[in-house]
Amino acid sequence: MSDLRDMFFEECDDLLEVLSTGLDDLQNENSDAETINSMFRSVHSIKGGAGAFGLDRLIKFAHAFENVLDDLRSDKLAVDPTITALMFSGFDHLNDLVDAARDDNDLPETDGAAVLAELKQTTQAANGTTGAEDEDANEVSEDDFVALSVNIGLDLGGDDSGLPDLPGLPPLGETSDGNSQFVVKFEADSALYARGHDPALLFRAIGEMGDLTIEADCSAVAPLESLQDAPASISWTLTLRPDDGIDEGTIREIFEFVEGQCTLEISEMMAEEEASELVVAPAPAAKAPEPVAKPIAQKSPAKAPKAEKVEKANKQEAKGGDGGKKSSEPRNSTIRVDLNRVDRLINLVGELVISEAMLRQSMNELPVSANSAVSEAIGQLKTLSGVLQESVMAIRAQPVRGLFQRMSRIVRESSRQAGKTSRLVMVGEATEVDKTVTERLVEPLTHMIRNSVDHGLEKAEDRLAAGKPEMGTIKLEAAHRSGRVVISLSDDGAGVNRVKVRQKAEEKGLVRPEDDLTDSDIDNLLFRPGFSTADEISQLSGRGVGMDVVRSEIQALGGRINLQSEPNKGTTITISLPLTLAVMEGMLIEVAGESLVVPTVALRETLQPGQANIHDFCDGDRGLSVNDSMLPIVDLGEALGFRSPLKNFNNQSLLLIEGESGRRSALAVDGIVEQREVVIKGLEQNYQTIPGIAAATILGNGKIALIVDTDQMIPSPGNGNPGLRKGSELTEVNSYV
Amino acid sequence: MTTKILAVDDSRTMRAMIQTALTDAGFDVDLAEDGVDGLDKLSGADPDLVITDINMPRLDGFGMIEGVRARPECASLPILVLTTESGEELKQRARTAGATGWIVKPFDAEKLVAIINRLVV
Repeated sequence: MSDLRDMFFEECDDLLEVLSTGLDDLQNENSDAETINSMFRSVHSIKGGAGAFGLDRLIKFAHAFENVLDDLRSDKLAVDPTITALMFSGFDHLNDLVDAARDDNDLPETDGAAVLAELKQTTQAANGTTGAEDEDANEVSEDDFVALSVNIGLDLGGDDSGLPDLPGLPPLGETSDGNSQFVVKFEADSALYARGHDPALLFRAIGEMGDLTIEADCSAVAPLESLQDAPASISWTLTLRPDDGIDEGTIREIFEFVEGQCTLEISEMMAEEEASELVVAPAPAAKAPEPVAKPIAQKSPAKAPKAEKVEKANKQEAKGGDGGKKSSEPRNSTIRVDLNRVDRLINLVGELVISEAMLRQSMNELPVSANSAVSEAIGQLKTLSGVLQESVMAIRAQPVRGLFQRMSRIVRESSRQAGKTSRLVMVGEATEVDKTVTERLVEPLTHMIRNSVDHGLEKAEDRLAAGKPEMGTIKLEAAHRSGRVVISLSDDGAGVNRVKVRQKAEEKGLVRPEDDLTDSDIDNLLFRPGFSTADEISQLSGRGVGMDVVRSEIQALGGRINLQSEPNKGTTITISLPLTLAVMEGMLIEVAGESLVVPTVALRETLQPGQANIHDFCDGDRGLSVNDSMLPIVDLGEALGFRSPLKNFNNQSLLLIEGESGRRSALAVDGIVEQREVVIKGLEQNYQTIPGIAAATILGNGKIALIVDTDQMIPSPGNGNPGLRKGSELTEVNSYV
Repeated sequence: MTTKILAVDDSRTMRAMIQTALTDAGFDVDLAEDGVDGLDKLSGADPDLVITDINMPRLDGFGMIEGVRARPECASLPILVLTTESGEELKQRARTAGATGWIVKPFDAEKLVAIINRLVV
């Protein structure tokens, strides 16, 4: 059952996604009849599943929600902004209820009460009903979720060892006192047969309620030659000596499905002593009408010794049915797999790729011709392991749609709190990203959106004054770009107030008044720790968490974040992320005899400097002049503590790296080996965080190479450099940037 | 002969629940995810009984029932409607379409099996 429960909640996620997509279409006036239909079905399915798990509050709410959708699809209601807003609130609360149910939590009673009331009111208004009379035909109260009560005394537990030929009968002893009996007169219309009913099966069910005798009256049956198309004209009289607890209602229930397709009379009378004698008496064959007496079921031979025994159709065979149990799942079937297994697989494939590289390297050292069979096979192995790795990575990939749709709610809530109107436009929701990445993007994106609504979008009157529509637009966009996922969030607000930002940064000592900063430099000051421009701390974004936290979250995912702003046009924050967290493109370098990897993401340029470009400063730091700007030179060997500072960089290669903030520096290394893909092996499980080192990898030759944390190699004002022993002095150099 | 049942529901949770309940009771179960899929699978599955949901994409339960009844070989195939609605109007529509009976979700597995046993020989 818990598997089914999990499955239900997984399905709920899908259904909520359908609902959300529908809502967006509705809002963007991009909807048709099927939009509403699919939304209705989603809510309806949630209600259905909730019923199975007894989630009363979810049932109730889904029901009210569904009713409004039903009114929409039957044109009793028209889509207007009020309805759309109500749908959104309903969607949010439905989400909450599902989440609460999943975690076995109970939401406070007041949660969603207003939405529920509004949904109910809307239905009432649309149907011209009042609250009291809305128990119409389709109204489902909780009571209706009690399954149809069909008590036919069947015990299908399979433990009917005493009477193997009569499964499901109530235990002996619960017999009637024989004082009363029911007489049922039944005549079927032809419609009854046309709907798949079989009177014999109905009688069998009645036979399970006690001692039953049946008389058939075939007098009205047409002669054989005109039988076709003739009305069904057999009528039956059933006499039941009922077991305890059987009353007229129980008998009527058996006939529930055939109501209106038959003539049915049920009467109760005191049993006559001779009754069973009478009905079992065989009728003379020649006589017409021909009363055929046939007790079709009985509790035990002892109870009706004279009756002809008719063995009930025995379901035992079906119950014990073994083998051949086939079930065909629908197309596009999926299986649920423990994430740990997938991760293990990904890890193993990573190892395989490494082994393959090692094998290839060893092969190169052997005197084997390039077109030998071995070389060819190894080439094939390389291709296959590459494809295998890609396929395995694809398992973890998920469309960002779910993430985006969660953000749609953040936009609504932030707007409400900030007293602004805004809408979210989503582009490229189908873009697939590693599951961990989507999960870990929730917090940073939430914060970014709150910021955009709170600080980015202007107040309604300012927007109108600037000639913009009152409703602000927040755009969330995802795309694959050169092997990375780029997610951008833009608003059509006022843009970054650079004067204010600069002023603030100076107050906080992040920059000096004389520093020459580009617009982009100023914009990206927003990512500095402790930076907040809001004059008054707003309820929304002023929670002591700044954009610096967003940045570090993104960096932890191997991503880069960048902000671009245009006055009065708006702000765009771009996040660029690796497709997977397990593999990375890197530049293999050598420093002091050690192999290291510098992530290609951060790499801008490599160069062999002429001495003329390197400038010494009085405190021993050195800078590199490139394109009219001065970059700090970081001696990697020294920064990582491999060796003492170099006297000069004559034999060094310089790697120009750029950090997330857009700041750059030049890494001095002994040599550049090659660019390659490396499988990332985390260090933190086995070691502590090592300053300046992000992770490690295993090279083709089996050696371990550390992966350089480039961001820590870029000195910047206000940003301590734990990996650098001379961090504080280097900030001085930085002022030349 | 094991009784074969074709269950049509667009909710995979519901499909799984029906499948569990019915296979436990010894039935052979085939599943379909909407009316179109159900009619597609009808001949191959050759069921002794059909269970169908009402609200489904592409082709709903009413359409599904009519489609089944339109096939001469299925003229008297028992069809059970399994739905959350319990309105009289709906029951009448289902009956007119040719449904044999209905069960209100959430269903009780034992009762479902009992009802099926009442409808198939």
